[in-house]
Amino acid sequence: MRKIDITSTVNRRDFILTAVSVAGGLMIGIGAAPRSADAAAISMQPWSDNDHAPHEIDAWIAIDPDDSILIRYQRSEMGQGSMTALPMMITEELQCDWSKVRIEYASSNRSVREKRVYGNMYSHGSMSVRESQKMVQQVGASARERIIAAAAARWHVPASECAAAQSVVSHRPSGRTLRYGELAAEAAKVKLAKEPVIKTPAQFTFLPRRIPRADLAHKINGSAKFGIDAQVPGMVFASINACPVRGGKLKGVDESVLAGVPGIVGVVKLEDAVAVIATDSFWRAKRALSRLQPEWDVGAAGSVNSEQLSKEFRAALTDRMVLARNDGDVDKAMSGTANIFEAIYETPYLSHSPMEPMNATVNLQPDRLDVWVGTQDAELALTAAAKASGLKPEQVYIHNAFLGGGFGRRDANDEILQAIAIAKVVKRPVKLIWTREEDTRHDRFRPHAVVAFKAVTGSDGMPTAWLMRVVTSSIFKSVGIPFPPDKAEPPAVDGLVSSGYNVPNTRVELHLRNTHLPVWFYRAPGANQHTFAIESFLDELASASRLDPYQMRRKLLEGKADWLKVLDTAAEKGDWGKPLPKGSGRGIAICKFTDSLCAQVAEVTVKPNGEVKVNRVTVALDTRHMVNPQTVTEQAEGSVIFALSAALYGKITIKDGAAVQGNFDNYRMVRLAEAPRIEVHLVPSGGDVWGGAGEPAVPALAPAVTNAIFAATGKRIRTLPIVDTDLRS
Amino acid sequence: MITIEVNGTSRQIDIEPDTPLLWVLRDVIGLTGTKFGCGIAQCGACTVHINGTAMRSCSVPIGSLDGAKIVTIEGLSPDNNHPVQRAWIELGVPQCGYCQSGQIMAVVSFLEKYSKPTDAEIDANITNICRCGTYEPLRRAIHRAADMMKT
Repeated sequence: MRKIDITSTVNRRDFILTAVSVAGGLMIGIGAAPRSADAAAISMQPWSDNDHAPHEIDAWIAIDPDDSILIRYQRSEMGQGSMTALPMMITEELQCDWSKVRIEYASSNRSVREKRVYGNMYSHGSMSVRESQKMVQQVGASARERIIAAAAARWHVPASECAAAQSVVSHRPSGRTLRYGELAAEAAKVKLAKEPVIKTPAQFTFLPRRIPRADLAHKINGSAKFGIDAQVPGMVFASINACPVRGGKLKGVDESVLAGVPGIVGVVKLEDAVAVIATDSFWRAKRALSRLQPEWDVGAAGSVNSEQLSKEFRAALTDRMVLARNDGDVDKAMSGTANIFEAIYETPYLSHSPMEPMNATVNLQPDRLDVWVGTQDAELALTAAAKASGLKPEQVYIHNAFLGGGFGRRDANDEILQAIAIAKVVKRPVKLIWTREEDTRHDRFRPHAVVAFKAVTGSDGMPTAWLMRVVTSSIFKSVGIPFPPDKAEPPAVDGLVSSGYNVPNTRVELHLRNTHLPVWFYRAPGANQHTFAIESFLDELASASRLDPYQMRRKLLEGKADWLKVLDTAAEKGDWGKPLPKGSGRGIAICKFTDSLCAQVAEVTVKPNGEVKVNRVTVALDTRHMVNPQTVTEQAEGSVIFALSAALYGKITIKDGAAVQGNFDNYRMVRLAEAPRIEVHLVPSGGDVWGGAGEPAVPALAPAVTNAIFAATGKRIRTLPIVDTDLRS
Repeated sequence: MITIEVNGTSRQIDIEPDTPLLWVLRDVIGLTGTKFGCGIAQCGACTVHINGTAMRSCSVPIGSLDGAKIVTIEGLSPDNNHPVQRAWIELGVPQCGYCQSGQIMAVVSFLEKYSKPTDAEIDANITNICRCGTYEPLRRAIHRAADMMKT
């Protein structure tokens, strides 16, 4: 075959180096990062996963004699910035020099071998920081105390006379100093009698700090390595086509059309998919696959369509419900009253659609499996890969990379399991890439949901009772999380149960209706659709009662200082109440998610042709505490755009059991021209709990925009996406 | 056999002529900074410069490129010192970073034509998709890069 040997001509820094490790397996690494004076550098140095780094103090921290510090990061960097934030927390406690810090991914294989030394390794639920906070602070504090103990022993003085700062231990009475690099080897042998107490946020000296994220330098020159960039000697390329209808099976495929086509390694038939394997390029595999005409057995699901699902979900609103929240007595409060308001809101299936399509590269050998992938959970990926390959967990190495977006999609392991199944057949290293169409259609979607509201208002126009009934599908069932059927699973009712409004009689009920389509966590699960429902309904009540939507919310949040702070900040900074030209309007919405609060004011213009332009979004966000306000701001800005794509355009339509939309031409995303100006105001309120940052600015965006459209046009949108409503004047 | 120049180095490429440049760069030459996002010239993650113009390499067949000069993100500057790269660092544009090679290549080409761009010109010409939603700092970074290039 016409194969070009490129290894001798390409600069080593241009691509992932591959080499045989000491242990005989493949290892992968990335050219060293440019060192910057004021920022930590992500090294992602080649690691063999068998060897410990020299100069390790423990599994998390190694300090070289030249004082350079290696900090391991156990979560997944998908843009949210926790690869910078968590090492910053360790730095706070370690009291080391941030400019000398390098960061690399922790190995899930090592965690398996060393009693889960890295704890939970997943990144979802905005938990990277808030769930790791105590653990990584303890890691940093323990290392610091061991370094101090090593210095005290060297000087024969009590540790209490020593202090650490900026990678230097000093003995206060004598003024003597030792650098961390001089103490690391001795510190590694120190066993503390008891673990030091970690700092409270009030005791922080390094945090919160607005500093550039550590991965920046890699992300402006093409050197950042994503799963899709893995290169393994001898690898072949796979393109896959799964049954368009979930749950369907491959009946057969005529491979003879590929006879004589150069570079085709083979056709691999899986239970529910067909893949073509080719040498030299993914394109060759993809093009060959497009010539196959697989036959599918789609079963009864092959007749399912969106209109029918919508009817069924709406009909199920009167089915048996489980109770999710029950304050006061809604039925009593509603009996005999005339002022009853009702409305039904509907939100569609959505595809996560990260920029990097699903992919995995595997090298399956008799006694070892290496997987190069961007995963939101390297530990779960390891477990799944071990099971699929039949190897022991300690024989499986997950080489996590930068993730080209995740949003909840990158922890189902679909692509890893497919790649392993293919590798078993072709017996060569294989890189599997999903096309964009495959990525969109074979996503595990954000659920479709219908929420029915019923409320009564008092003489002042304020709601005194409200009932919310939800029909949606079970994410827990799709994921495989056991949950009692007589209780409401939290993601199905989030955004409603978490409402902070003082309505004395509040009841939330849930009916789960599952279809053949698996549903999944999607940035701000539950809240990303139910906040649209509750915040729209409240706006409808305000309008019916002739109350200002902002003032009505203020009154319903009386006594809740933190909620009022974000609401007032958004309203004030967003110029609530100031005049706007005809055809423009403002909308406001608020939510609580992952223990953070977020209020948004959207300013919208609706043109006579019905086109919606969101001009400006003002965000107030309370994450309680912050590590790096820079990345918190970025997450809020990004959440607004992410949520705006979904609100304006996002919908996966089901026809004959399959997803219709496939690529960005019909599954549309907001581009620069449609992006509003975004102002983020951070108002952390402190306290014992840490809030999340990656998701809480998603839910309030859609209702802020639709409420603004109502203010501009008098037209109420109860079904998303917005583009489906005719807004022509 | 097709001859192209990539980042100043001449390359002989022997592959089916309908193979898109993107896959020649990534799989044959091994330059993975240029990304695959959609395959239909919608998202711009694969943007490179072909004879000085920003193009979406997923939709340009290698067979049409004999003699072409191609610059990828890896060849933009020897030291990450292009004003657009510096502005990207200064404003902290990237989040996941996957689309940013394409964004940067699109902006470099754009600023060669529009040295003092208005927001409307940016809107009309920079159409690459960013799923992380980095548009706010990205717009500011385009203006910042334009300022740097003037001085």
